[in-house]
Amino acid sequence: MQIRLSGDRMLIVELGDGIDPALNDRVQSLAVLIRAAEHPAVEAVVPSYRTLALYYDPERITWKELTDLLFSCERRATTKKRPDSRVVEIPVCYGGAFGPDLGTVAACAGLGMEEVIRLHCTPLYRIYALGFAPGFCYLGGLDPRIHTPRLTAPRVLVPAGSVGIAGAQTGVYPLPSPGGWQLIGRTPLQLFVPDRSPPVPYRPGDTIRFLPISAEEFARLSTEQGR
Amino acid sequence: MRAAMRVLRAGPAATIQDLGRPQARHLGVPPSGALDDYAHKVANWLVGNRAACATLEMPLLGPEIEVLVETDIAVTGAQMELRINGAEHRQWQSIRVYPGDVLDLGGVLNGCLSYLAVSGGFAGDRVMSSRSTYLGGRFGGLEGRPVRAGDILTQQTQPLLSSGRRLPWVPVYPDTAVLRTVAGPHDHWFQKHEADFWGTVFTVSPQSNRMGYRLLGPAIERDDGAPASIISEPVVAGNIQIPAEGQPIVVLGEQTMGGYTSIGTVISADLWRLAQVQPGGGVVFVQVSLSQGQRISRRWRSFLEDCCQLLTGDSP
Repeated sequence: MQIRLSGDRMLIVELGDGIDPALNDRVQSLAVLIRAAEHPAVEAVVPSYRTLALYYDPERITWKELTDLLFSCERRATTKKRPDSRVVEIPVCYGGAFGPDLGTVAACAGLGMEEVIRLHCTPLYRIYALGFAPGFCYLGGLDPRIHTPRLTAPRVLVPAGSVGIAGAQTGVYPLPSPGGWQLIGRTPLQLFVPDRSPPVPYRPGDTIRFLPISAEEFARLSTEQGR
Repeated sequence: MRAAMRVLRAGPAATIQDLGRPQARHLGVPPSGALDDYAHKVANWLVGNRAACATLEMPLLGPEIEVLVETDIAVTGAQMELRINGAEHRQWQSIRVYPGDVLDLGGVLNGCLSYLAVSGGFAGDRVMSSRSTYLGGRFGGLEGRPVRAGDILTQQTQPLLSSGRRLPWVPVYPDTAVLRTVAGPHDHWFQKHEADFWGTVFTVSPQSNRMGYRLLGPAIERDDGAPASIISEPVVAGNIQIPAEGQPIVVLGEQTMGGYTSIGTVISADLWRLAQVQPGGGVVFVQVSLSQGQRISRRWRSFLEDCCQLLTGDSP
């Protein structure tokens, strides 16, 4: 474990290098243990791929107490998957107006559009981290056959729920925003609702599965969500 | 809640801000909040509010606003030409205003961000315990966007002041801000070239915003074999990122994760000094140890408590 300073109120705790499920499980486990200690000086714990950030109030904890807390949690951190981790299904209507770049991705891969959909909805994707935008997941596990470069000119506005590919990454835009990902479909689920509890339907360490749905199912689910 | 003001002319990117929502980072929600918490808090204390009430943060060019009710206001932060019905007024003090009064804030004369507080605080959308506008997420404050001409600004109501308040000094923002900085989290990749960084004056680029201030100056080189980008990890306001081309970007309140390496991190007590540097102004980073940085920040917070005591007769 390496502790790196990030200003006077935050530490980066690094547990290893690379994008690796076991390493990420250890990071998630450490985050759970630090939160469970409920030290009043700990303001936030944010796990990521191979590091976690610990935001703290230096007026309520000494450096020795802080590092003691970290090392005692690290000794107990495991590479076992979080026992409460879940598989979260995200329905996606692929192609058409919802996935204007499905053809580009298929052409890049030299595959048919149906095959791109099959390759995209088959894997189980691990959520390595949440961040960048509210409810945005950094997912691992995209099939290398459908890795596709970003758009050369980003779109001014990508609708909420859009599912895209950028290089070796795939993900969902929870909120409308500008963006340069190749859009292959859209989910009718609202992934970030600030006043819902919890505001986001998944946590880091969970697994995402994309479930292909028809345009009719999309319309039905959208109505159920009140969109 | 009631309508308090009508915006007649908007500045470029004025937003409703309070102390932000730092508790939601793990969901990818950035903290947001007033970039200069000193000016924001003093503005609130001057009109009898708690520090957490929402103010209007106004960069570079002030708005023109019609007052709709009798209320107390205060303007702090960057110096602008503050006129009410044409007559000049001092900033950093409470001012009683009346229906029909017109506030006019001109271009900035010193500093970058001015703050307008109103008795009770501005209302606006409260999302995840904060009214702060998060422009990237398009929520909080006024529908998550900057204030526009024609907008009605609403206020939470509270009793008006029994006597006026003023801060007995006027903060002056230097052309070049000295920012105390702790090395890291990735300083180990800049060992050979760190002399090019510490003590060098950088210029704040006009392409700066609430996500980050971009700096122009000598390109900072990384050591041989050090990566230009890393696997994304959480960031904090004050991180000085060095992208591949070597021009630093200081992270502010609208980010949660980043994939750039950071040579150093401005201490929390100096973030307001950075925020008040206008495009074209300078910053220089001075290295302090973690314990020095924490001591300076502790003293600064105690100074803010003194300001609160002085203006409100109460601790924050």
